[in-house]
Amino acid sequence: METIQKKAGEDTSELALVQAAKKGDLEAFSQLVKRYDRNVFRIAQHITHNEEDAQDVVQEAFLKAYQNLEQFQGNSKFYTWLVRIAVNEALMKLRRRRTDRTVSIDEDVETDEGTMPREVADWSPNPEQLYGQAELGDILKKTIQGLPPGFRTVFVLRDVEGLSTEETAEMLELSIPAVKSRLLRARLQLRERLAKYFKSKKDGNGQREMQ
Amino acid sequence: METANVKCNDFLKELTDYLDGTANAAVRIELEEHLQWCHDCHVVMNTTKKTIEIYRDNQVYELPETLRNKLHQAIMTKCRHSKPGNKTSE
Repeated sequence: METIQKKAGEDTSELALVQAAKKGDLEAFSQLVKRYDRNVFRIAQHITHNEEDAQDVVQEAFLKAYQNLEQFQGNSKFYTWLVRIAVNEALMKLRRRRTDRTVSIDEDVETDEGTMPREVADWSPNPEQLYGQAELGDILKKTIQGLPPGFRTVFVLRDVEGLSTEETAEMLELSIPAVKSRLLRARLQLRERLAKYFKSKKDGNGQREMQ
Repeated sequence: METANVKCNDFLKELTDYLDGTANAAVRIELEEHLQWCHDCHVVMNTTKKTIEIYRDNQVYELPETLRNKLHQAIMTKCRHSKPGNKTSE
C-alpha cells in the first residue's frame, strides 16, 4: 500500500486506498478516516450545532461508509459519497432533537423572506478586527445557527468547505438550480445578520429598502 | 435582463454567479455597469463577498487533536468488528 501511495497522485492513491479497504485492509481505511475526519466533523457541527451529535455523526458516517464500501462504485469521489452519508446522519440527529418539526434538506424554502437586502450600510474596512477571535467565533456560530438547515448545509459545503455547485448538488441530491437558490439566500441572510456587528459607524444605520 | 437596464432585483438574481466567477461575459459586463452607479448593490456585493471570506477564513468548528484521536480509535474499533459489505456487527 505504502509504495502505491507514494508513487501515485492523490486521486489514484485515494482509489487505491478504497480498493484496499474494500478487501478488508483496515490500515487503508484508517488513512481515509484521517484524510477526511476534520471536514466531516465541521460539516456535522454546522448542521447539528451540537458537539456530542457531531462526534456521533463522524463515527456513524465512517462506520457506514466502511460497511457499505461495496456499494461505492467509484463514479464519484469517495469524499462526495462520504459527505452524503454524513449529511444524512446529521439531519437525522437534528430531526431527533427537534421532534416538533420536520428537518429536511429539501424542505420548502421558496419564500422571498430575507432575500431582499434591507441593510445597505457599508462595513468597517476590517470587520474581523473589531472583535477578538473567541468573540468573532461566537458571532459566526450564532449567526449561521439562525439559518434553516437546508440553507446552512449548502453554505457550509459550498463556501466553507469550498466544494463546487455540482459536487454539492450530488452530495445533497438536489438540482443545480436548487443549490444556487439556497446558496444565494444563505449568503444574503448571513450578510444581513452580520451587518449589525460589522457595519461602519460612520454610515449611520443604513437601513432602507432597495429599489 | 436588458442591456444598461439592470435593476437591483436582476442584480441579486445573478449575484451568486457573479461572485463565483461563473456569470457569462455579457451578464458580467451588465452587472458591472450597474455596480458603477448603484451604491446599494455595490455595498451588498462587497459585504456578501466579505461574509463568505469571513466564514472561510475563520473555521469555527475545528476538531481538537485529542478528540480527533479518540474518535479515530472508536471508529477503527467499530470497523474491526465489522466487515466491508457486511452490515452485521459481531
